[in-house]
Amino acid sequence: MNNQRSQAEIVRQSLKSRYRKERRFRAYGVLAIAIALGALLTLFTDIIGKGYTGFLKTTITMEVQLDGEMMYLDDPTDERQIKMADFVEPLVQALIKEIPGATEDDRDQVRGLINPYASVTLRDALTANPDWLGTSRTMTFLSHTNVDVYVKHAGDDAYSIKLNDQQKAWVDELQERGVIETSFNDVFFSGGDSRDPSRAGILGAIVGSLLTMFVTLILSFPIGVAAAIYLEEFAPQNKFTDFIEVNINNLAAVPSIIFGLLGLAVFINLFGMPRSVPVVGGLVLTLMTLPTIIISSRAAIKSVPPSIREAAEGIGASKMQVVLHHVLPLAMPGMLTGSIIGMAQALGETAPLLLIGMVAFIVDVPDGFLDSATVLPVQVFLWAGSPELAFIERASAAIMVLLTFLISMNALAIWMRKRLERRW
Amino acid sequence: MQPANLLLLTLALAIVAYWLGYARSRSLAMPLGGIRHLKSLPFYYGARAALWSGIPALLVLGLWAAFQGKVIQLIIIGGLPDNMIPATDGEASLLLSKISNVASGALPPGFVEAPIAEAAERLKALRTKSRFLMSALVVSVAVLAGFLGWLRIRPRLNARVQVESILKWVFFACAALAILTTVGIIFSVAFETIRFFGKVPFTEFFFGTHWSPQTALRADQVASQGAFGMIPLFTGTLLISAIAMIVAVPVGLLSAIYLSEYAGKKVRGVVKPLLEMLAGIPTVVYGFFAALTVAPFISDLAASIGIEASSQSALAAGAVMGIMIIPFVSSLSDDVINAVPQAMRDGSLALGATQSETMKKVIFPAALPGIMGGILLAVSRAIGETMIVVMAAGLAANLTANPLETVTTVTVQIVTLLTGDQEFDSAKTLAAFALGAMLFIATLLLNVIALKIVRKYREQYE
Repeated sequence: MNNQRSQAEIVRQSLKSRYRKERRFRAYGVLAIAIALGALLTLFTDIIGKGYTGFLKTTITMEVQLDGEMMYLDDPTDERQIKMADFVEPLVQALIKEIPGATEDDRDQVRGLINPYASVTLRDALTANPDWLGTSRTMTFLSHTNVDVYVKHAGDDAYSIKLNDQQKAWVDELQERGVIETSFNDVFFSGGDSRDPSRAGILGAIVGSLLTMFVTLILSFPIGVAAAIYLEEFAPQNKFTDFIEVNINNLAAVPSIIFGLLGLAVFINLFGMPRSVPVVGGLVLTLMTLPTIIISSRAAIKSVPPSIREAAEGIGASKMQVVLHHVLPLAMPGMLTGSIIGMAQALGETAPLLLIGMVAFIVDVPDGFLDSATVLPVQVFLWAGSPELAFIERASAAIMVLLTFLISMNALAIWMRKRLERRW
Repeated sequence: MQPANLLLLTLALAIVAYWLGYARSRSLAMPLGGIRHLKSLPFYYGARAALWSGIPALLVLGLWAAFQGKVIQLIIIGGLPDNMIPATDGEASLLLSKISNVASGALPPGFVEAPIAEAAERLKALRTKSRFLMSALVVSVAVLAGFLGWLRIRPRLNARVQVESILKWVFFACAALAILTTVGIIFSVAFETIRFFGKVPFTEFFFGTHWSPQTALRADQVASQGAFGMIPLFTGTLLISAIAMIVAVPVGLLSAIYLSEYAGKKVRGVVKPLLEMLAGIPTVVYGFFAALTVAPFISDLAASIGIEASSQSALAAGAVMGIMIIPFVSSLSDDVINAVPQAMRDGSLALGATQSETMKKVIFPAALPGIMGGILLAVSRAIGETMIVVMAAGLAANLTANPLETVTTVTVQIVTLLTGDQEFDSAKTLAAFALGAMLFIATLLLNVIALKIVRKYREQYE
């Protein structure tokens, strides 16, 4: 009796510390989740904070006097004359006119505000409209990258502003008068890579990614589904089938860079295929995503109840008819979901593509499967390695575009799983 | 014709074959009194004709497209005058790229030696010829085989059985591609690795403590001999992976425990997808985050408390890699914890244990083997991870255990050695393949062991 009571006593006394331990354990769990979600939040705020300015461009709008004498041009339809003509001078003169204190002596400083490419814009505009010669037009040009950086990040210590005080004062003044403005950066979405951050765009990389993904999709989806059908429905239970299964499971865990080595050794060195083209990239990514697609397709086939198969067999369907007419359509939503997730993985993949040379500096938007191209994540990698912060800003912006693609693909997969998948 | 267009043409021909086969089976059946006198439905006769036409043509197309590049290269090299025939693979690839640049018009023919300009002309001619031959061959194979298939349509022919068995073989081939991929990986790394060990002794690679793969590019160049000891790379990889595990295992495990044992349905529904989002972020984004945010933050922090930290510290790369692996650990542990039978939980709670005591003393020990398997899989992930370390870890192969110093990893070296200008056959490029072989073997071993543990554990409770 006495003994029992003391035991109850012991338990009661220990309860306090046991409950404390319980609370502590729970707190650890909450802390762990907070760390993980905190990391996610930090990552997103960091990238958005670094990159939202990448979606803005800085432009100069001014009235340009298209004076033939100044430009050494009297016939804009003559190609030779166009080549020799001076398109910088009208821009510099126009900007000097916009800046109250500026004189002819400041021309070099004024010129430093205008994007080197602006003269090409002017030339193209004039060749398209030869009758503009001799008139004056209000036109909008990209500013120099230094102006762009100053306008966006004037107070930020991380950015080094490469304008002198005189230029800074001018830019402030021009901004106040609305000559220098920031607006949505359409250049970023309409061009390829460039050495000049203000003109660098991601269209080339997006098109490269789309071409590569297209190759990956048309190869990996049918092959993956066919392999899954074979393994689930037709494969005899033997050592060879086991071997295939073990192989697929292991391939799913092989580091992606190994697939890059495979692509380099087989597709490029053995078959002599060209480097840095979407076809080879697509082939490598196909081999990489196949295991994912096979595994998810098998799960989808497995989830179709045997009663469906038995019913079809009962009315005389052959095994192949059972599979193709009944099992496959029912498993399709699950297979598509798995494939979308596999494609999202492939879209974000970088390492194997570095090894097959999709890491080159490519200005043009690729126009075919055999044209040199780069992809979105590789473009991020290239810009992130640049010492110029203006490129880092573009890299963050490109990451946001990439993440938008990925999140919408994953959201589509989740939506499909919820809407289309049948529960038996 | 371009291979892509040819592919479309082949498919179009297969569709034509389908309709012809379909029509023929019907026209054969009509005099007999309708399609019920056919052994199979007309669809299968059409499908059979389409397969007869399409499969051989696609095989020819695939083989031709795969090997034409190499064959043309060999012919071009063989056609050069004797004194220009390159001695090594490296020279050959340089020469070939020069020739193809001339052929594509990127390099004016006047800029290069006459034989190269001639070779470029030959290359253009060969390419046209190859393309023409390929188109002719593929189209004639498609038409001929389709015609044969069409001709052999008889009412008594059981087209369905034939079509189904062909399809079955196609499915089998798709499944066997996994084996082909593995074989491809093994051969592509094995050959180069063997050649590498022909140049660099076995013992130096495995036991050398010095790694500097800069070999002389030209024979007359004064340069270091190059050292290929993989120990610093190996320790660097282990250091970064260990840091990643220190971050990922407790956070992943505890969040899995909290989510499966404590969290309500609502919290789970919100937190789980958010955690999985961490897994969906591309590694290049983590690399960007590590290199441009975490690494400067760590080196500033260290400087403010008076320690010196490298701007490419192992800690930054490892910590960010750990964040990447959190969802991996947590979803694997979640599966394992949920697989522990409810009876064990109930038994422990009925004896008066608190939830955390049940977790620590009953469920965790029971789930331990499965969790260990999951952790091993995560380790193999960490050592094979490339982009984070390429962007955030350095190139200097230091043999150190200090997480604030720069280390380099196996994957970083593979990427560095194989991007940019590379000459084949040099110890430098071959070293990348040797490192790839080591990486493949290491991850394979880890995966095999981990999968075995996980499977065994699952069987235990099924």
